[in-house]
Amino acid sequence: MNLSNGKGSISTVTSTATMKSGEGSDQFPAGLRVLVVDDDPTCLMILEKMLRTCLYEVTKCNRAETALSLLRENKNGFDIVISDVHMPDMDGFKLLEHIGLEMDLPVIMMSADDGKSVVMKGVTHGACDYLIKPVRIEALKNIWQHVVRKKKNEWKDTEQSGSADEGDRHPKASDDADYSSSANEGNWRNSRKRRDDEEDGDDRDDSSTLKKPRVVWSVELHQQFVAAVDQLGIDNLSKRQTGWIIASRFCRLSIRKYRLYLRRLSGVSQHNNLNNSFLSPQEASFGTISPMNGLDLHTLAAAGQLPAQSLATLQAAGLGRSTVKPGLSMPLMDQRNLFSFENPRLRFGEGQQQLLSSSKPTNLLHGVPTNMEPKQLANLHQSAQSLGNLNMRVTGSATQGNPLLMQMTQSQPRGQMLSENTSPRVPRLPNILGQPTLSNGISDGLLGRNGIASSSRTPSFNPVSQSSSYLNFPMNQSTEMSVSNFPLGSTPGMSSMTTKGSFQPEVNSGIRASAGFPNYDIFNDLHQQKSRDWGMASQGPMYDSSSQANPLHGNIDVSPSVLVQQGYSSTQQQQPGHSRDISLIGKSPFSLGEGLEHSNLQNGGQHFNPLIADSSTRVKSERVPDASSQTNLFPDHYGQEDLMSALLKQQEIGQGENDFDFDGYSLDNIPV
Amino acid sequence: MDRNNSRRQLAAMKQSLFDQGHLDEQFIQLEELQDDANPNFVEEIVTLYYRDSSRLISSLEQTLERNPLDFNKLDTIMHQFKGSSSSIGAKKVKAESTLIREYCRTGNAEGCRKSFQQMKKEYVALRKRLENYFQLARQAGPMDRASRPK
Repeated sequence: MNLSNGKGSISTVTSTATMKSGEGSDQFPAGLRVLVVDDDPTCLMILEKMLRTCLYEVTKCNRAETALSLLRENKNGFDIVISDVHMPDMDGFKLLEHIGLEMDLPVIMMSADDGKSVVMKGVTHGACDYLIKPVRIEALKNIWQHVVRKKKNEWKDTEQSGSADEGDRHPKASDDADYSSSANEGNWRNSRKRRDDEEDGDDRDDSSTLKKPRVVWSVELHQQFVAAVDQLGIDNLSKRQTGWIIASRFCRLSIRKYRLYLRRLSGVSQHNNLNNSFLSPQEASFGTISPMNGLDLHTLAAAGQLPAQSLATLQAAGLGRSTVKPGLSMPLMDQRNLFSFENPRLRFGEGQQQLLSSSKPTNLLHGVPTNMEPKQLANLHQSAQSLGNLNMRVTGSATQGNPLLMQMTQSQPRGQMLSENTSPRVPRLPNILGQPTLSNGISDGLLGRNGIASSSRTPSFNPVSQSSSYLNFPMNQSTEMSVSNFPLGSTPGMSSMTTKGSFQPEVNSGIRASAGFPNYDIFNDLHQQKSRDWGMASQGPMYDSSSQANPLHGNIDVSPSVLVQQGYSSTQQQQPGHSRDISLIGKSPFSLGEGLEHSNLQNGGQHFNPLIADSSTRVKSERVPDASSQTNLFPDHYGQEDLMSALLKQQEIGQGENDFDFDGYSLDNIPV
Repeated sequence: MDRNNSRRQLAAMKQSLFDQGHLDEQFIQLEELQDDANPNFVEEIVTLYYRDSSRLISSLEQTLERNPLDFNKLDTIMHQFKGSSSSIGAKKVKAESTLIREYCRTGNAEGCRKSFQQMKKEYVALRKRLENYFQLARQAGPMDRASRPK
């Protein structure tokens, strides 16, 4: 716009990019705020001088940690970061990921190492450029282009997102979510995501507002995500998406939620924003809703549509595992592993852990609307090999599910949990278990992602208290589980996560926390809800969710024989004295998924109720026996076929509805 | 006269540093960065380099004394050392550093030790040459503009 300057290029730049620095557009790139990080004082000094010669505003830093804290303290204080690769306190790539995820700033890597693999690593980690030392001033004179490019891309994203979608979502929520996703993910990721989004179209709700807080996408999550994508392959993703639109939507939602969740977790996300999105819509309605849910549940129950057992199973599976005995959890983990691709178990464990960790956010439980995608479940079940991505999203919407759970279990402990869950924030724990290979064939494309977003809202919680116990239940379990799982899943999972990634990463964002990822901590911190664990049994495997009420120990029995993969028996001790063991075999996952769907539907609103009911019924039918028996492991009982069918049914039923619901959820979840 | 003379001397000295392969283009870059705000920028940088790299040299020596040789550690330090050396345009030192890193990769302990001695020699020699150069430069007074060697 400043054509008067006579500098065509510059003017264009300014118009599109608008420098944050606020410098006169004509002076751009003078005043570009650059942060240089290098442990080598000589290089640092030279770089500083060079950059100053370019008229940039330079801040130098000889430690990566210091740089990170500088960036965190002053989020909008820099336009670009130049970092050395080899630094003693933190690997440059690590820093790169942190920056990419938390600040979404363009990062230029530099090193004396010009090996192809190192340069490639820089690129794959999201570096916008890679300079070989010695760095020449000519190269630095051009770095402003990365800033411009980044902004331009953001704009594009926003535009796309704006047009793209759905009335379903609340504008704010959607924006946040989208934004976060795009911003956090980093360039390469974005490109991939974009692909997905483009295919689906609907998903692309990218942030329309640039100022939104960026989601913090932890490095681990990022790595996992990458790995997951790598493993699954874009093709598979697309298949899934196309084939399972609903599922994909869920996934996306879950992802988005994840992002949001991550944001929340990370101090980055502004609590206010998050809360608003989450709480505002949900909270307000929440109090009312919770009752509604309860009513619905009751009605359903009355109708017979929702069997208590089913609920229990759902709870167990979806939500989590109440207190899982360490030993039990371990086995489960293993089984779970089966589900996950290579490191299914690990991942699974991670997921669980995450859940658990997230459990603090008990909120999730409260709102536990876990969206389990049938496909995923099926995949999981069927293909023990790969774990579908189970995104357990516990959102306020989940409340419905909660009521169910409540009804089912009616465990006092849970009520406590709820009460405990004061944290308004509902963390979303989407556990995504990517199941690469589906034994039955369901699988390839089907990567079900069960996004369970749980948003726990204290206010609502309290009222719900006892009833909500269900939710709590899972939550509680998760916590304990997390502990036990942690070791298991976290270690293997971590490694696997990073390398293999697969969907989990996405999910992980939420889940990662549990996996011992930073997110975890964040979640915990944010929520501070200690009691709530998210038991993500997303995969049908059985998750025992024991309400926080420790009294209820959820024992997860893994019945290898049954589904090998998914035979998790979860014992939920709803009431202090009562422990229900739900063994979810391949079916169980389904049930879970169904349950989740139900919950979702319910959550989503009354609209879905019918659907939910259906799904629930199905579930019930299958599980009822199991459910009825409080502590029964039915690994073998459920045939995979059944499970499959159940899943399919659920899918069928829920899809249309689910989509909607999910969207709604997503929005709700997005609260952040 | 005196000043012109020392300037000529200075130019010759620099030329020889380039001709003999001690320095490369990067050094010119540094000289070009020298301005009124930092009239002794190059000297400051070189001083900083030697102060900081002496630490690396001693840890390299310690590492090389050990048996068996920890190639990973050696390579890590060499990487750092090479990074700073290349930043000031110490061409020969950089070349030897590259060689050592190569030996690290192939697990050639003997080659590492040998090259390190060679590298250290170059490192010290350059230091001496540059000290003389800067001393002369101070006598000659501020240069109008650093010029590329022909």
